[in-house]
Amino acid sequence: MQLKEAPSATREMFYAEALGDALRQELRRDERVVIFGEDIAAHGGAFQVTAGLLKEFGKDRVKNTPISENGIVGMAVGAALTGLRPVVELMYVDFMGLAMDQIVNQAAQNRFMFGGQARVPMVLRTQGGSGRGNAAQHSKSLEAWVAHVAGLKVVMPSTPADAKGLLAAAIRDDNPVIFIEHKLLYRTKGEVPTGEHVVPLGVADVKREGSDLTIVTWSREVLFSLDAAAKLADEGIAAEVIDVRTLVPLDRETILRSVRKTHRLLVVHEAVKRAGYGAEIASLVAEEAFDDLDAPPKRLAGLETPIPYAQHLEKSVVPQVDDIVHAAKGLVG
Amino acid sequence: MNIARDTALELYRVMGTIRRFEQRAEQLFGENKIWGTIHNYSGQEAVAAGVSAHLRDDDWITSTHRGHGHCIAKRADLGKMFAELLGRETGYCRGRGGSMHIADTSKGNLGANGIVGGGIPIAVGAALTAKQTKTDRVAVSYFGDGGANQGTFHEGLNLAAIWALPVVFVLENNQYAETNPVRDAFAVEDIATRAAGYGMPGVTVNGQDVRETYRAGGEAVARARRGDGPTLLVMDTYRYGGHYYGDPQVYRSKEEIEEWRAKRDPLAIARDWILTEKLASPADFDRIDTEVDAAVERGVKFAEASPPASPITLPEDVYAT
Ligand SMILES: Cc1ncc(C[n+]2csc(CCOP(=O)(O)OP(=O)(O)O)c2C)c(N)n1
Ligand SMILES: [Mg+2]
Repeated sequence: MQLKEAPSATREMFYAEALGDALRQELRRDERVVIFGEDIAAHGGAFQVTAGLLKEFGKDRVKNTPISENGIVGMAVGAALTGLRPVVELMYVDFMGLAMDQIVNQAAQNRFMFGGQARVPMVLRTQGGSGRGNAAQHSKSLEAWVAHVAGLKVVMPSTPADAKGLLAAAIRDDNPVIFIEHKLLYRTKGEVPTGEHVVPLGVADVKREGSDLTIVTWSREVLFSLDAAAKLADEGIAAEVIDVRTLVPLDRETILRSVRKTHRLLVVHEAVKRAGYGAEIASLVAEEAFDDLDAPPKRLAGLETPIPYAQHLEKSVVPQVDDIVHAAKGLVG
Repeated sequence: MNIARDTALELYRVMGTIRRFEQRAEQLFGENKIWGTIHNYSGQEAVAAGVSAHLRDDDWITSTHRGHGHCIAKRADLGKMFAELLGRETGYCRGRGGSMHIADTSKGNLGANGIVGGGIPIAVGAALTAKQTKTDRVAVSYFGDGGANQGTFHEGLNLAAIWALPVVFVLENNQYAETNPVRDAFAVEDIATRAAGYGMPGVTVNGQDVRETYRAGGEAVARARRGDGPTLLVMDTYRYGGHYYGDPQVYRSKEEIEEWRAKRDPLAIARDWILTEKLASPADFDRIDTEVDAAVERGVKFAEASPPASPITLPEDVYAT
């Protein structure tokens, strides 16, 4: 007899709410999970992701810290090495700068340096990106910094459902995971499974199918790319949009399979183009699927400047929907 | 210490300018002319006014995300400040920085700073320049109670102390770091006692009384100028507004805010003192208030008449050529 899997119930949630749901799910499931960060307890965090958790889990598991990023992250490393599963919040990805030693020299490398004796099951949750007039020290996209470091995993969800499922997977992972949210996604909505929901790390998601070109992207640019794909469809161009979801580990197969079908690659990201993660994907495709390509792989990414403050300046330095449409047409045309 | 009439009125004018500047900034924010975030300094005016009164244009300061007051007390141009808030080409940072990054290097202001604690070692570096180039210039670092819990505080104070650098650390204890009250972030009652651990004087100051901030700032700046090394000043103060403009402020009570406003307002305290000592008359205050209003309005006009910042020239400022 075959049992049909019951379709799991879903509810429309904000991205921020879905993240909170994942934290709640994991705090309930595993008492080793603790969370700490600046203003996360009674206040619920700068973006309200941890709202309500203090009440349910108490101040021993949901802790406010002083403004001491290097200390906070280091403390997470130590706690992870000794049996807890900490989830720390850095209010802005830009503040990784203060904690980089603990992230790179400690968390990422401890297991390897110790010959496999240790594990560092911690998650560093943070958020990046521009679009709110927060200027150069609060708007960067820094995924390439951490994707470059052996020993770290890097996750960047674009939808509420992925946010919940990937955060749960990150917390269950036995390695340090850098989990980068986007400040302008917190108030976006989508259907999210209300029950246990885990999305494995390292599996890309084809968010739209198409046959004329492959757009590989992540985080907020997924939404822009889907809007662009809709506009392109009006002009008879069928774009396939792949959300990598996790940069490390990267789902190479899904990308290569798509490019072998469409023969064209456009990588879109908000981070500065130079030495950005798009270069990794473009060269993967050049190395592994060169003969399948009808055009050179193309990258559309942030201008090589810090993020400026003024609204019109800010928009001008990161790819917008029309920029993607334009780049796609150039590639297909 | 007796403070002369001219100095007293100048302190009042600087504080009044900060207050008025921010009232106008809030208005402009409400009109959707300011993008992003502003962190207002109102309530803390006596700190910047009293300390920076001892600084020359060739002395340096480092500031914070709550930087309007530090900037004005270092004699910045109000028009260029407003222009920056409005994203105009004529702004201090050509629209690239906004409220949180206003800098005025012509007056030694090395910038507001979006990174809490980021300015502390930078002031130490400026003090190193002063000493290395054999000048009597000094540097003042303004930062918050929250900033004092960054590693940069420990490293910066120790470096300044071992090399006896001419720097004054002004810790503005406004009782909160965002939503986190000072009692939850420090295990010591008196933060100034930390100074002993670095081998420098530490003084707690009533940051609402400009006579006190002026006196303490004067001593610390003079000590630095003489080559006797750094000082930590802990200024007890309060921000009237939220952490940022629009903050719902659920972490503190209306009564608490009213208490500080009613009993410890730096402008009211200064007025009382100046009138009681008969250094000036009510008419003098009216005149200054009118002049301050006019200066602020001129600044807004200048900003609104200025062209928007140009996206074309953005790459120009990335590298020095
Ligand atoms: C390194 C860093 N961590 C966190 C923040 C977010 N943040 C901005 S202001 C602030 C509170 C700062 O408190 P305090 O130093 O007391 O200054 P105040 O806002 O009270 O003037 C925080 C946590 C930041 N900007 N930089
Ligand atoms: Mg404070």
